[in-house]
Amino acid sequence: MMNLTNRSKVVSNKQMTFWERIYIPAILGGMRITFGHLFRRKTTVQYPEVTREFSEIYRGKHVLKRDDDGRERCTACGLCAVACPAEAITMISAERKPGEEHLYREEKYASVYEINMLRCIFCGDCEDACPKEAIFLTREMVRSEYARGKFIFGKAELVEPFDPAKRIDISKRQTPEVLEFKKNRSYKHNR
Amino acid sequence: MVEQIIYKTLLASFILILSLLVAMYSTLVERKVAGWFQDRHGPNRAGPWGLLQPLADGIKLFFKEEFMPNSADKFLYILGPSLTMFIALLTSAVIPWGPDLVINGQTYAMQVADINIGILYIFAIVSIGVYGIMIGGWASNNKYALLGAVRASSQMISYELAMSLSIIAIVMMTGSLSMRDIVAQQQGFNWNILYQPLGFLIFLICAFAETNRAPFDLPECETELVGGYHTEYSSMKLGFYLFAEYINMFISGAVMATLFLGGYHFPGLDKLGLSPNVFAFVSFMVLFAKITFFGFIYMWIRWTLPRFRYDQLMKLGWKSLIPLAILNVVITGVVILLNQ
Repeated sequence: MMNLTNRSKVVSNKQMTFWERIYIPAILGGMRITFGHLFRRKTTVQYPEVTREFSEIYRGKHVLKRDDDGRERCTACGLCAVACPAEAITMISAERKPGEEHLYREEKYASVYEINMLRCIFCGDCEDACPKEAIFLTREMVRSEYARGKFIFGKAELVEPFDPAKRIDISKRQTPEVLEFKKNRSYKHNR
Repeated sequence: MVEQIIYKTLLASFILILSLLVAMYSTLVERKVAGWFQDRHGPNRAGPWGLLQPLADGIKLFFKEEFMPNSADKFLYILGPSLTMFIALLTSAVIPWGPDLVINGQTYAMQVADINIGILYIFAIVSIGVYGIMIGGWASNNKYALLGAVRASSQMISYELAMSLSIIAIVMMTGSLSMRDIVAQQQGFNWNILYQPLGFLIFLICAFAETNRAPFDLPECETELVGGYHTEYSSMKLGFYLFAEYINMFISGAVMATLFLGGYHFPGLDKLGLSPNVFAFVSFMVLFAKITFFGFIYMWIRWTLPRFRYDQLMKLGWKSLIPLAILNVVITGVVILLNQ
């Protein structure tokens, strides 16, 4: 028979020798191994003080982007909510009134936009589905809370700051290839 | 006379507080050591290096719900943990903690009670120790608690035999049952472990079994018995049981250091020409270092070895340790006879 790995060992039922039977050498051997571990490098990451290195394209907390003029990109089309496999996203749309052109990019916007972070599985499908480049996942973590209600993030937590200097950089997640793909109207996804 | 009484009271209180403090911090050390053995840090959030962790644990235990099963025997239920704690603290009375102190020209022995049957006293107390567990397990009116208690009592009785037999060899060599005499005979590097290596090994193994520490922690075997004899206990009553285990560790470490590792003696220490009180203090620290060493061994073993199966435990106790201990007694007797 062919071996799948070369790690297999032949098991034998041979009688143990005296030294094996008194177990003391085996116990000492085990104690030597555990003692060696006392001085190993610890594997723990001291979380709040030290954060482990994240990938550039880590999928963490969401952000709702603004455009270059600071207007919200989201038009409350609901495609992200449809795409969401965990049904974590809900929204209520509203019509833009005259005089609000500096706040919202298009005639319709989301007056309420909520993501339940306990339901979210951080798959990034919302980001794929969005035709307006409005929602992205960031490298930021969702903080822990004591109450479940606090995990429902509304627009206050999700929309990025107005100040251009404080905008969240998502260029790593939106590569030129993705941008190019999204411009191509011949794909059904982009119509 | 009055001074002696005041001194003894102070010494007893000091040893009581010391055992409680040591037990308190053993819980932290245990968790730290466990962490290091498993490539972790152990608790390090409460205070620097987690030094306030025992305090936090204690406060937590005090504030937990005092639960008592409806069908429990109320008196025995409370008696169980109290007895365990009481007996754990009682053993320290006969341990000589250091050489005599000299204050105002009077000598004071650093031993609460120098009774001439010190070893018998220790055995008596250790045997009563099983009552605390048995009563607690019985009073809980819970099958797991009862099974754990039955296991504990049969285990402790089995291992007490081998333990006593291994000590008999020491008594034969020393010719005295007093702890003070046994320590006095081990002056310098004349330690009993050099003459009784087999006896020491047997005593060490039995000490693990007597304190219900891994790999002999079958009475509280969580995989089979939920929590063993303290399944139904909560709050500070549970705390007493867990605390008593650490006090037992400390005291049994002291007993082993006294009987086998020369007590407070260290080679060359008495030739340094220190003043009596400084010498007493240094000797006490030497004894304390030996106890700490045993405490570390306890933890080292616990985080290395898996738990025995019950039949293996009984086989080891009755078929290996007791014959070996008897053999040890016979060999010791023959050697003593030949040297006369």
